[in-house]
Amino acid sequence: MNEREKQSSDSPFGVNPGRKEDIAEDFPREEGGFGVSFERLDEMLLEDLDTEPMYINIGPIHPATHGTYRIFCRLQGETVEKAAVEIGFLHRGFEKMVEIKPYGQVIPYTDRLNYCSALVNNVAFCKTVERMLDLTVPERTQYIRVIIMEIQRIMDHMICLGAALVDLGALTNYWYFFNAREKLNDVIEALTGARLTYSYVRIGGLAWDLPTGFESNVNASLKTVRKAIHDVTRLVKRNRIFLDRTIGVGATSGEEAVSFGFTGPCLRASGVPHDLRKARPYYHYDELDFDIPIGQNGDCYDRIFVRIEEMHQSLRIIEQALKKLPGGPINVDDKRVTLPPKGKVHGTMEGLINHFKLVIEGVQPPPCEIYDSLEAPNGELGFYIISNGSSTPYRIKVRPPCFYTMNGLKRLIEGGMVADIVAVLPGLNVIAGELDR
Amino acid sequence: MKNELEKLDVYLKELGEIHPDAVGKVGQEVDDAVWVVGRDRVLDVLIWLKDKGFDLLLDIAGVDGLHLGRMERFEVVYILYSIKENIRLRVKVFLPESDLKLPTATDLWQSANWAEREVFDMFGVTFEGHPNLKRILCHHEFEGHALRKDYPMMGGQWCSSTRDLREDLDE
Repeated sequence: MNEREKQSSDSPFGVNPGRKEDIAEDFPREEGGFGVSFERLDEMLLEDLDTEPMYINIGPIHPATHGTYRIFCRLQGETVEKAAVEIGFLHRGFEKMVEIKPYGQVIPYTDRLNYCSALVNNVAFCKTVERMLDLTVPERTQYIRVIIMEIQRIMDHMICLGAALVDLGALTNYWYFFNAREKLNDVIEALTGARLTYSYVRIGGLAWDLPTGFESNVNASLKTVRKAIHDVTRLVKRNRIFLDRTIGVGATSGEEAVSFGFTGPCLRASGVPHDLRKARPYYHYDELDFDIPIGQNGDCYDRIFVRIEEMHQSLRIIEQALKKLPGGPINVDDKRVTLPPKGKVHGTMEGLINHFKLVIEGVQPPPCEIYDSLEAPNGELGFYIISNGSSTPYRIKVRPPCFYTMNGLKRLIEGGMVADIVAVLPGLNVIAGELDR
Repeated sequence: MKNELEKLDVYLKELGEIHPDAVGKVGQEVDDAVWVVGRDRVLDVLIWLKDKGFDLLLDIAGVDGLHLGRMERFEVVYILYSIKENIRLRVKVFLPESDLKLPTATDLWQSANWAEREVFDMFGVTFEGHPNLKRILCHHEFEGHALRKDYPMMGGQWCSSTRDLREDLDE
């Protein structure tokens, strides 16, 4: 018995794992190297180990999901072999609830769809009802709607990007974005009086006109926003960790993205230049000068940078719209939707009847069916409304952009690593309120 | 908008040559074209439309027309969009209450997967050939179909168990 065997027999493990020569004899050395070959090491370990697939459950309450949904994966090592997505944890029955609400009272419910950009939902719903009534809102209202929608688009993208970068470990960007977002939030608060669920838009117009100093407030906050975007871009653009974790992760081709029903930034990241603001312009978007940023590979990197570029374009739109903002009334002069001025209510019989009819019965679109949509921050937000002529909608079907993005998530994460799920999810910007309705 | 309807008229003529009588009624609701298609012809029409460039299935909406007094109680509406031509079209299928069945469109558009699950969940329409036709928004223990007009507005149900998602993995 030589010295080494003697020592080994003393050890309860048979070998002394701390001693270099013990490992060296079991595992092959690399030629000219000083360590062991890690590739062989993996194989050898897997042969010895009992390698049943492992199941892992992420959500419904998990810091990385940013909402309530559940992802269930079968893992092979650290690779996601198969995944299943379960949603519905935030299902409130929006579509059922609104069937007994007058049209005007549906607006606060739409706030709760995509609560990161509630004003866009307001506008989308009101625009659809206005089309049922064949109304054209005044010029001033159209421009105000453009301004508030673009402000909300920036705010929505800021939440999305802030959260996405936090999940990749870049916390600083979150503060940069949220400082600027706070400024925009102040502007919206001065306008609507609320900070999350605004309910500012009305059928046929707006709740009230812009407050004094709105334009200068917006211009001041846009400066902060521009600086924040600049700072964040500089922080992440050439950041090795960020690039490694996003480039090529969760990629889809344009064809696949269309098939999954992706719209908005997720579709444009895959290289399909489809934007409803250009394709089917509404509210003078065709007169405003802006570009549609598109990506090439449809991976996480493209989804994030398409959003960053969209924020630049939104800034351009806001500035142009502020310059073009005309004066005039904000509510359409139509007695079917707008309350008559108080003078008429107190002074004339028709005004009084009109007031009471509108308060008691609400807006009553003629019997028809309609699908109308606009470009929300996440994609095409559509409302399919059936009216039977009464003051409550017969059926409202929301087309939430997230629902279809989430449908594609399964394909995006299968075959990737577990850590990639965390990178892919926030880049899609799935909002549970809109997803589950 | 006018341009869009003209193009759809051309499509309708072309479709009529291949599948005569597939489209029963052509309607126009607030500038939008609606094609009413029989249930047995709907897959033919959808395949033809997909080839024609309607590459985006925006949504599938179910409707319970209990109080509308239309041809049949249930309707399923496919909202299609052609990105290239910029045309939106609604294809509508009427379904009788006694036989709520439709062929699946998941082979044509992947977005039909969850859209059909939602229609199944809310109205009980069965899509034959669907890879995983289960409830999607309501809980798996939920009974009845929530968006039917005869389902009570305050009809809450107590559901508590967690679904085992292992069966969903190999969809």
